[in-house]
Amino acid sequence: MIPRSFEYYSPRTLDEAIALLQKLGPDAKLLSGGQSLIPMMKLRLLSPEHIVDINRIPGLDYISESDGQLKIGALAREHELESSAVIKTKLPILHDTAKVIADPLVRSQATVCGNLAHGDPANDHPATMLALGATVVATGPKGAREIGIEDFFPGLFTTALEPEEILTEIRIPIPPPHSGGAYLKLERKVGDFATAGVAVQITLDESGACKRVGLGLTNVGMTPIKARQAESFLNGKQLDEATIQQAAEIAASESEPLDDIRGSADYKRDLVRVLTARALTTALNRAKGGA
Amino acid sequence: MAPKTSPEIGGMGHSVKRKEDPRFLRGLGNYVDDVNLPGMLYLDIVRSPFAHATIKNIDISKAMAIPGVLAVITGKDLEKYNLHWMPTLMSDTQMVLPVDKVMYQAQEVAAVLATDRYIAADGVEAVEVDYDPLPVVVDPKKALLPDAPVLRTDKKDKKDNHIWHWEWGNREATDKLFSEAEVTVKEDIYIPRIHVSSIETCGCVASFDKVRGKLTVWMTTQAPHAIRTVFALVAGHVGLSEEKIQIISPDIGGGFGGKVPVYPGYVIAVAASVLTGKPVKWIEDRMENLQADSFARDYHITAELAGNKDGKLTALRIKTLADHGYTDAAANPSKFPAGLFHVCTGSYDLKAAHVEVDGVYTNKPPGGIAYRCSFRVTEAVHTIERMADLMAHELGMDAAEFRMKNFIQPEQFPYKSALDWEYDSGDYGAALQLAMNRIGYADLRKEQAEKRARGELMGIGISSFTEIVGAGPSKHFDILGIKMFDSAEIRVHPTGKVIARFGTKSQGQGHETTYAQIVAEELGFPVDSVLVEEGDTDTAPYGLGTYASRSTPVAAAACAVACRKIKDKARKIAAYLLEAHEEDLDWEPGKFFVKGSPDRAKTIQEISLAAYTNHPPGMEAGLEAVNYYDPPNLTYPFGSYICVVDIDNGTGEVKVRRFVAVDDCGNIINPMIVEGQIHGGLTMGLGPALYEEIQYDESGNILQGSFMNYLLPTAVETPNWETDKTVTPSPHHPLGAKGVGESATVGAPAAIVNAVVDALWHLGVKHIDIPITSAKVWKLLRDAGVKG
Amino acid sequence: MAKVPITVTVNGVEHSSEIEPRLLLVHFLRETLRLTGTHIGCDTSHCGACTVVLDGRPVKSCTAFAVQADGRSILTVEGLEQDGKLHPLQDGFFQEHGLQCGFCTPGMLMTGYAFLKENADPSDDEIRHAISGNLCRCTGYVNIVKAYQHAAQKMREGGA
Repeated sequence: MIPRSFEYYSPRTLDEAIALLQKLGPDAKLLSGGQSLIPMMKLRLLSPEHIVDINRIPGLDYISESDGQLKIGALAREHELESSAVIKTKLPILHDTAKVIADPLVRSQATVCGNLAHGDPANDHPATMLALGATVVATGPKGAREIGIEDFFPGLFTTALEPEEILTEIRIPIPPPHSGGAYLKLERKVGDFATAGVAVQITLDESGACKRVGLGLTNVGMTPIKARQAESFLNGKQLDEATIQQAAEIAASESEPLDDIRGSADYKRDLVRVLTARALTTALNRAKGGA
Repeated sequence: MAPKTSPEIGGMGHSVKRKEDPRFLRGLGNYVDDVNLPGMLYLDIVRSPFAHATIKNIDISKAMAIPGVLAVITGKDLEKYNLHWMPTLMSDTQMVLPVDKVMYQAQEVAAVLATDRYIAADGVEAVEVDYDPLPVVVDPKKALLPDAPVLRTDKKDKKDNHIWHWEWGNREATDKLFSEAEVTVKEDIYIPRIHVSSIETCGCVASFDKVRGKLTVWMTTQAPHAIRTVFALVAGHVGLSEEKIQIISPDIGGGFGGKVPVYPGYVIAVAASVLTGKPVKWIEDRMENLQADSFARDYHITAELAGNKDGKLTALRIKTLADHGYTDAAANPSKFPAGLFHVCTGSYDLKAAHVEVDGVYTNKPPGGIAYRCSFRVTEAVHTIERMADLMAHELGMDAAEFRMKNFIQPEQFPYKSALDWEYDSGDYGAALQLAMNRIGYADLRKEQAEKRARGELMGIGISSFTEIVGAGPSKHFDILGIKMFDSAEIRVHPTGKVIARFGTKSQGQGHETTYAQIVAEELGFPVDSVLVEEGDTDTAPYGLGTYASRSTPVAAAACAVACRKIKDKARKIAAYLLEAHEEDLDWEPGKFFVKGSPDRAKTIQEISLAAYTNHPPGMEAGLEAVNYYDPPNLTYPFGSYICVVDIDNGTGEVKVRRFVAVDDCGNIINPMIVEGQIHGGLTMGLGPALYEEIQYDESGNILQGSFMNYLLPTAVETPNWETDKTVTPSPHHPLGAKGVGESATVGAPAAIVNAVVDALWHLGVKHIDIPITSAKVWKLLRDAGVKG
Repeated sequence: MAKVPITVTVNGVEHSSEIEPRLLLVHFLRETLRLTGTHIGCDTSHCGACTVVLDGRPVKSCTAFAVQADGRSILTVEGLEQDGKLHPLQDGFFQEHGLQCGFCTPGMLMTGYAFLKENADPSDDEIRHAISGNLCRCTGYVNIVKAYQHAAQKMREGGA
């Protein structure tokens, strides 16, 4: 389990990193947390000729709140989500998500932005970001541009990033009062990818009806799935038991799982139903001020 | 039982802290990959992507062009020395490197020798092998069909894939009891392929000194002496001679049976060192370890149990297909190709039983080793404990009451089982009762009834297992003809310090501590003044090694007997020093004294000195003894485990809420270590019960070839094990001990499965094959109309 | 490929080496520096036997390149004992029989070292989650949890 040889670059600024990506072309790969990249290189499934290590670029490791948004920098590590006070109080869904990614040692190195940039539908943050309606900032030779998370995952293991772009920031709207969210993942054991995962984020109006719903699904399709039909079904509705169950059925129908070692497509589709109902229930409780 | 010795002496019954820990805690252990010799080369292995294929060509030119790659070794190279095949421990044959075809995915195809681990890996990638795929046989049932391709074309006249048929017991008596039975149950039980996955993989450093003709091999082996003999037998014709082969088994990072066999990598590394005269290191990575090293289990069992309506069992009938992969590379005693599977009547008093097993070749890695169990005991226990539970449920009887009714009773010991074993001692009812008391069985049954009424799923499962360990009496037990004794050699130095050497090899069991405690118990030397050594064949006495829970039943017995020889001599020396008759001396731990005059005493340390400075005229100087212990019988540890599970009817997840394990391993040497062994064993029971499995697709591709999919339980899945014990000494073991390292792995899976089936019985579920994944439970729930 | 120079402080001692960029941190420690207490168990970032503490954070050293540690500080199991005194975690593992074969132990210790700095008074459940990236095949984890608690208590009492 030894990677192939590569040339190593350790830029000290974002501009330098982008210039390197431009110069080196498609044979270059960005190294941040490395927790997906390095295992793939050791398996020789991926053998970039050039590694551009962005870990030494200062100022990218932030999690901050400004302009009504939570901003997560390119080098913010997963474990920092688990200990962030603002996340615990205002975005518990992110806390839910961070604590079920891989294991604590991996989370100590892995970055949140990398979790998205890898483009793996089995990763957990994509569904959560879909539920939250996040945007990502891609910085390249022409400067920075925002990409809506819905447009970020065009296909399996691909993203909307251009080869010379770096995902430098995730922007998440801070939910208004009477919001709640939850991420539920069924894994075969700790450290596993999701057999299925469901992210729900809701905001209630004064009557208690849903005025905003985000619903994302993990590892039940070729890309992370935004369950649009379930979302629009829930919009404007009171979340009683029957409505929740119906939404869960709709979300399940929007999943596109395949049979694999984690279970049959039928199983995963049904898990989406079960987890959606549970996540909605938790999100509702949280929106009402509960835990 | 209160210890006989003081804490300072630290004999049996004291939870002495481990003597091996200080080096491990500081990162100063010496595992095989820590061995670093000047000029050492690295070996890495090219493996087959196909499960069955003809090798048309191996092109090594690109690999040889890499600077630092010194050689690429193929089967044709080894064929020149007649080293391309080797015997397995079951007297089958196994390829070291193939000459013409590969038989399983990940089989060794060629080996690259390089100056560096990284270069060797590059070399492996650069070797180009041209394969012509052949039809693959994965399913052992299909392997026996008349039109199945014959796999072992290397064996002259072999016309099918059947390896052997083995049966035991009284077929006629059993069939008669079945025909007369009021109730019978029948079930197909598959116990899947699993892998021990010790956290340290396998490997070796082979170092051949061309001038002296001496080969030293540091290797991950549980049985260094047997390995030395195998090397001498296999490579005698190329000049390796047993007195010039030194096997050193250094610190071992877990064995569990996986480090008993001789793997091709070891042999290739030895060959490479002999050819180059340089030290050669070969260390598997985890994927190689999972994909190519010996597997365990893989038994396709059909079991039937007969009994009366009042719940009394009468007979057991079992037929089994044993999938051995492409060669039978199990590590069983020669006489027993299915190991000790015929202990499958378990803890129950049956009138008759009959068991048949057929070994089958398939395109899978070879093996059939134990996974922390004594030669197929887990398969036996799983079968009888599942079947007993099935019968109890079928009769509508409580699973505990049913077991109590059928247990072999304490007064029946020594008990001759329906399949001819002589159980040494037991009190099965006491163990089960204690487990029931500890877990609050009656209250749990009430809770279960209430929950079931609310549609919640909870189950309580029992496993009352009987183990069979300590192989074994020389009359029946040998491996490749070598009788399964084990040995101790104990020397007392003049200053009252002791070195004790054994033919076994600890892989985490704590022998350096527990053997020292036996010396302390028998001779009264403080445990701290006893140094235990194992694993170096140049210094340790010959022994068969550590597996199948045999160290305590066999080597610890050898230790006690050797100590008693020393004590006999010490008594003579004491009598001489005290000017008393031997028979007038009494012993208390650490000294002999004259009966009635405790002041007239000689300590064991004084006697030690006298053995070298003032020994009686006519007596040989020195104080040492050797014993090669041939056990008169096996020992039969037992226990009762009770497991409580909760099942999520939405996701199918099974959660082990509580697990109480009551074990009886006879007299205990170190309670702390025994409890640790049980904790570990239980976790290696939990793994296969819920998570671990190795499967192949129709093309013979392994599906769980890394820890990504071969799922070892973490601390989160593992419950907080609750343990307790009863003590029923073995009547024939010198210390009354029985062995415990594997009991929990053997007994736990059935308790877990029984609990899950108990939770689902009212939905029509009668059996679930392990591992019980959430996906399987979900399917059963939905099929039963539970929507969740 | 060109070798690159790195300087890494390991257990308080500065080491300068020329290495291949692809050299994994675990091999740098084990083979370049001959600190063999850090082990390799799985190669795929699942077992945690190779855990070391890098600038205060636990990291699986089989899933990091040595070059990434340039200019940084590493603590390995060999550096836990101070002035001849075992770290409370080492003592906890000894007292509570938290190790058997010893192969996963260095990783368990290093994960614990970082964890107890963040959580001085953990629950058993928090410990179980904290060690869920470290596999042990021998102990069944029960005594490892006890060893962590032993150490946490000692450290709260000012034992380290």
